[in-house]
Amino acid sequence: MKRSNVYLAFLTAALVLFGAMFVHAAVIRRRSAPRLERTTEMVRRLDLTDLCLFTEARYTRHPVMADVNSLFQDSPLSLEHYPTGSLMAPPDHLEGRR
Amino acid sequence: MTISRWIQKQRYLIEMTLSSLLRRKGKYTALIVVYTSIVFLLASVMFFTEALEREARTVLSGAPDIVVQKLVAGRHDLIPTAYAETIREIRGVTAVRPALWGYYFDPVFGANYTVMVPEVFEHGPGEVAVGPGVAKATGSEIDYILPIWTSKGKLTSFFVKELLASESQLVSADLILMSEADFRAVFDIPEHLATNLVLEVRNPRELPVIAAKISDQLPDTRPILRTEVQRTYDSVFSWRSGLVVAVLIGSVLAFIIFAWDRASGLSAEERREIGILKAIGWETSDVIQMKFWEGTVVSLTSFLVGVLGAYAHVFLTSSTLFEPVLKGWAVIYPEFRLVPFVDAYQIAVLFFLTVVPYTVSTIVPSWRAATIDPDAVMRA
Repeated sequence: MKRSNVYLAFLTAALVLFGAMFVHAAVIRRRSAPRLERTTEMVRRLDLTDLCLFTEARYTRHPVMADVNSLFQDSPLSLEHYPTGSLMAPPDHLEGRR
Repeated sequence: MTISRWIQKQRYLIEMTLSSLLRRKGKYTALIVVYTSIVFLLASVMFFTEALEREARTVLSGAPDIVVQKLVAGRHDLIPTAYAETIREIRGVTAVRPALWGYYFDPVFGANYTVMVPEVFEHGPGEVAVGPGVAKATGSEIDYILPIWTSKGKLTSFFVKELLASESQLVSADLILMSEADFRAVFDIPEHLATNLVLEVRNPRELPVIAAKISDQLPDTRPILRTEVQRTYDSVFSWRSGLVVAVLIGSVLAFIIFAWDRASGLSAEERREIGILKAIGWETSDVIQMKFWEGTVVSLTSFLVGVLGAYAHVFLTSSTLFEPVLKGWAVIYPEFRLVPFVDAYQIAVLFFLTVVPYTVSTIVPSWRAATIDPDAVMRA
């Protein structure tokens, strides 16, 4: 078999998978709608304000509810010491107040 | 030239290109591996942040209309429940309720939990409902005992009566729900204080006006609107945040090396190859077409494999490679699988960031080599 045919077959297979990726995403999105609705209902029922992404520091666990001066909050020389604190940007509504 | 002849010619050119690439197998394998890794990394971050932002926006649409915090010396402080009376008088506010929540560090497992009092708690005193992360960290099941130290230093035992649904752990992994009386007893919080106030507002368009009135009447408070809650996760992984900057810097540097390697000219072997092709009758346009296919084979292969790998990584394996980074020092980390979101815009951005620069930087030096005299190229 010619190399060009092998490569074109590979390219076709990759492009088919590429198209399948969009279809898969659409199917999972439709299938996940009830789960997201139940999660939204839990957020409503418990008055939650944040995602439980980073549980190591309170200002990363609840960035929405963080103090206005969260950064360097313990002293001007208290550099960030939680890894996730350097991962995420402060929320807009806190930045606007600085 | 008919279309079928043109296609035939392109197939011969691809054949020629593949033979040329296979002659330098080691170099091009390394190039494709690095290139694919860069696309994989960029696409993973893009897919992850976009899907997370969308999921946050959806589920946080259920967040309270307004949350009112009290600030003392720039710090979040307990708010007197009497403030609720003042706020209730504001036109447009339909309900105000005190919310009780806080953090508990478990010295046994070294984990931080979020302890909350739901508006309606379906279990009795001395009983708790725990999130999936807490259950996993403590090995709890229904009717297991969860010991909690009170702020007075007394050990209290709670019975686990409910495990919160695992499917919602992106918002509930570290939660412990208990009754108001138990919460006040554990944290020694008097009846007249709450963590913050939660407001319901009749018309969402009035939210900024009501927030302004609250700030005016209660200057030591900070109202947080639902729109701000939802926007928080739009910017949480912005380009300035550590993860994205680290990936961007790495990728940009790698691309500078790529572009420098390609744009600084062809190797002597490649120039001799072009010289021979021209000497046996190839046109400049044929050489450029062959080099176009060379760039396409390398960059399109890397792009397709990188993007498909990133999709599988983020949406089929729950972003396994990002987990240690996102987890930090935390003991509790939600095991969540994001709802996939991929659109043409994301793919176009990735394509123009990765494939186009490489292909262009391959063609330019080839064009320069292909336009000079074959004799001079071969003798150089």
